[in-house]
Parts: sequence; C-alpha cells; structure tokens
Amino acid sequence: MRADWRLLCALLIAATAVLWAVPFLWMAMASLRPGVPADIASLTPAGPFGLSNFAEAWRSGSFPLWYLNTLLVAGGILVGQLVTITAAGYAFARLSFPGRDLLFAMFLLQLLLIPPLLIVPNLGTLVSLRLYDTLPGIMAPYFASAFGTFLMRQTFRAIPRDYEEAAMLEGASIPVLIQHVLVPLARPGLIAFAIISVTAHWNEFLWPLMAVSSPKNQVLTVGLASFASGAEAGSAWGIVAAGTFLVAGPLLVLFLVFQRRFVSSFVFSGIK
Amino acid sequence: MTSLFVEDSSPLAGISPAAVRGRRPRGIWLSAAALLAPSLVFLIAFTYWPIVRVLAESFVVGRFADHQAGLGNYQRLFADPHFARAAWNNAVYAAGTIVPSLCLALLFALALRETTRLNAVLRTLVVMPLLIPLVAAAALFTFILLPGDGLVDFYLARLGLGMVNWLGDPDLALGSIIAITVWKNTGYYMLFFLAGLAGVPQDLLDAATIDGAGAIRRFRAVTLPLLGPTFGFVLPIALLNALTQIDHVIMVTQGGPSDATNLLLYYIYQQAAQNYDTGLASSATVVSVAALLALSFISLRMLERGIHYES
Repeated sequence: MRADWRLLCALLIAATAVLWAVPFLWMAMASLRPGVPADIASLTPAGPFGLSNFAEAWRSGSFPLWYLNTLLVAGGILVGQLVTITAAGYAFARLSFPGRDLLFAMFLLQLLLIPPLLIVPNLGTLVSLRLYDTLPGIMAPYFASAFGTFLMRQTFRAIPRDYEEAAMLEGASIPVLIQHVLVPLARPGLIAFAIISVTAHWNEFLWPLMAVSSPKNQVLTVGLASFASGAEAGSAWGIVAAGTFLVAGPLLVLFLVFQRRFVSSFVFSGIK
Repeated sequence: MTSLFVEDSSPLAGISPAAVRGRRPRGIWLSAAALLAPSLVFLIAFTYWPIVRVLAESFVVGRFADHQAGLGNYQRLFADPHFARAAWNNAVYAAGTIVPSLCLALLFALALRETTRLNAVLRTLVVMPLLIPLVAAAALFTFILLPGDGLVDFYLARLGLGMVNWLGDPDLALGSIIAITVWKNTGYYMLFFLAGLAGVPQDLLDAATIDGAGAIRRFRAVTLPLLGPTFGFVLPIALLNALTQIDHVIMVTQGGPSDATNLLLYYIYQQAAQNYDTGLASSATVVSVAALLALSFISLRMLERGIHYES
C-alpha cells in the first residue's frame, strides 16, 4: 500500500515535469512544419517536416542585426561589470576604511532598485547624457553591479592573503595584484557571474524596449516582440515558433551542454 | 616579470603600492576611492540619482511653465481607478505566482533530489524555461492559449471540451498570465530548494526515522525548519519578480481585457510611454518602490528569524 502511494506520487511528479516541456516540444514541432497545417497544435504530427519556417523567419525579421546588437549589449555589459566588480569587490574584501559597511549597504540597494523599476527617471538621465536610443544607453545602468560586487567580495575573501603578500613584497601595485594574482584565483566566481549576467541581459526586454526607439538599435527580445505580433496576425504559427527558437535557442543549447556550470551559477546567484 | 608592471593604461594605475603596504589610513582611503569610483559613478547615475529625481518629480504638479510643488500627483494617483486596479491585480499576481511556484518548486525538489539519470532529465525539463526570455515564453503561450486552434483547446476538444478564451476573458486573463509566470519561474526556485535540501543533514533525518517519524512528520519537523533560510532569500527574489516581470503583459494582453491584467509596472510604463504623464508615472514609481522595500524588509526579517531558528 505504501509503495503504491510512493509510486503514484513519483509518477505524478514525473508527469508534471514532462508537462513542463510541452511548450518546448510544441515549439520544435511547429517550427519544423512548413505551411499552415490545420492541426498546428498537434504535438505528434505526421509530417512533412522542413526548415522553411526558419528561412521565412530569418527573411522577415532582422535577425543578423538583432543578434549583433544583443551580443554587443550583453558582452559590453559583462566587460564593464568585470572591471567594476573586481575593483569594488577587492576594496570591500581587503581594505578597511571608514564608512565601508555603510557604503556596502548602499551598494546592495541596487539588488532591489533594478533599472526597469526606475524607468521614468532613468530615461530622463539617458536623454540628458545623450545616450537615449543608443546601445551604450541600454548598457549604462548595468555597468555597476551590486550582486557582482558582493560575489567578488565573497570570492576574494575566500582566497588566502599569502598570495597577495608575496606579490606586495615584490612591489606590486593594487591593480597588478588584482589582475595577475587574484583574478586568476577567482575564475570560478567570475565565470558564475558571467553566466548569470549574460543570461539576464540576453533575455531582458522592458529596459531595451524603453531605452531604444529606432529599429537599427533593437535587440533580439524587442525584435521578437514586433516580429511575433506580425506573424501572429497572419496566423503563421510555424514562423512564430521558428522565430522564438532563433531567440531562445542559443542559451538553451549552451545550457544543455554546460548544464552543471549553469545550475551552480544560478544557485550562486541566490546568495544575494 | 616585467610585463606585470606595464599597467599605465589601466584606469586604476597610479595607486602607490607603498600606500597599501604602509597601511596609512589616508593611502587606504585613496585606494578604496579609486577602486570604488567606477562602480559609484554608475550607481549614482542610475540608482541613487533616479531615486532623488523620481521623488522630486512626483511632487511637481503641472507640466509646463506654471508648475509648482504639491501632492497633486498623489491625489490623482489614488483617485485613479486604473491604479487601484493595477495595485489589486499586482497583489493577486504576487500571491498567485509566488505561492504555487514555491510549492511546486519544493515538491519538485523533494521528488527529484536523488540524482538518478531520470531525475536529472526531469530536473532539466523544469529548469529550461528559466533560460528563455519572458517574451519568448509569451510568444509560445499566445499560441498555447489561443482560442480554438491553440494547443490547450486542441487537446481539450479531444475530451469534448474547449473554446476557452484564456487571454481574452477578463475573468481568466490574469490567471493565464500567472500560469506563464509560474511555468517560467518554478525551475529557478527549485534549484534553491535542491541546494537547501542538500544542506539538511542525513543523520538528523535518520534519527527522526528511528524515533518513528513518518515521511510527512520528518518533512514538517526536520526538513521544513531547516529550509527557513532558503525561503528567506527566495521570497525577496520572488517579490521582486512579481513587481518587475511584466514582459508578457506588454506583449500578450497590454493590461487588458478591461484592465484585468494591468500591473503596477505596466501602469507606470503606460503613464510614461503612452500618456507622457511624468507626474503620475513618478508618483506610481515612488509608491511601488516603497511597497517593494517594505515587503523585502519584512521578508529579510523572516530570513533573520530563519537563521536564528537554525542555530
């Protein structure tokens, strides 16, 4: 009797988990079915299959431009963040100066006050800095990262001071010390941060939607929104599915390949 | 070794090593200032200054030359039935997304915590939505919930049911938006519960078993209290998500039908981007941020209590 119950529970959970994958299964099926089949909702279609939806999506959207802009934005944010968070993380981990704890608390405020929430004033700031409708305008609010600073502070604290002291005796300055002694030792933390940061900004929508107005500066998510509403209007669901895959696919594939890395990074990210 | 010292292009160059080695307070302060400056410039420009600015703008009444300070925006805001609806919807949305997704996440974590090959695959399936943009999820669910030809109706029709206007019926639309969010976020929370469960000592559970505690008793008396800190930091994240994740509302329902899916940030977005009503948008931002800070503070207090419980 007890074993039956356990089996039933396990089956229910497994069924729910499989249910979770249904949207992806539909995306895969619909994107591979050319034309406008009547049973486009079917998860077990008979075929025929083909790649014409992808070709059509690629032609009707500006995917090469959107990929480029998204790569520039996510990459640019990451590079900026790596500079700011290693420097600030070191200061909070190793230097003791008056007001340090208060300042650290001020940094952490950014965990809650994320840019989409402060859209109204941030747009004003972008306009006065002449960054409105530019890619650097999308990136600027993210160059400082409270979460990254916190992560680097923890990471540096876990590194024994002996390494630094040896380098300092040789006369190394703080920048040299950070770059050549600490950063190599902090690589796992930096990689975890990079995964979280790139995932967040590849997928972000509201802020890039607001910070940019001309089509040439659109990123993938913003492009997908306008692309999908166009294709939906024509009931071209196979093309919507293909376009969605083009946007979501790269990270999904990376996740499936480097799953363990991703998972440990996400768990890391919760230690805010 | 010499290459180590070619550092002139670095923005941090010029900090005297003697300052650090000597540990002179002034030198340390200078080093700290130089190291923190890059972060502080951006924090000031895009976190602190915006707070000052949005507070100030929320008290500016009148858009043109004759503007003056006052509470007019707040009076208009609290008199606006759309804002009241958005606030109420957001409360429903927060409760409706946080409670089910945390319960489901905990159930998944409990059921899938042993690493077998099957469990690993099932865990992957649950986590996958976390990796895709919310607008991509919205695009998929627009079809899934489409009346008639959509995925849900297609399979409901086989059961003799169907033709439900999930996103177009004012009574169902918020529920549908909630379902998308639960689908998207449950895997993320599950990861935290898996990590939390890994921290529950097996000998405690074994001891409870020896004392005759059944599975449910073990969960309530041992596992759940030890997950207190996990709840403590998942809850603020979930709250923040409930306020800021509105991409699918923008893309699928635009707050409708008849305000049924209007949420606070969507209301702010509408006032700012469509009505160009900076005063209303600013006062709504102030109220929303204040609510978020208050709720996060409360859940952080819960986190502290969770840790005390543990020790």
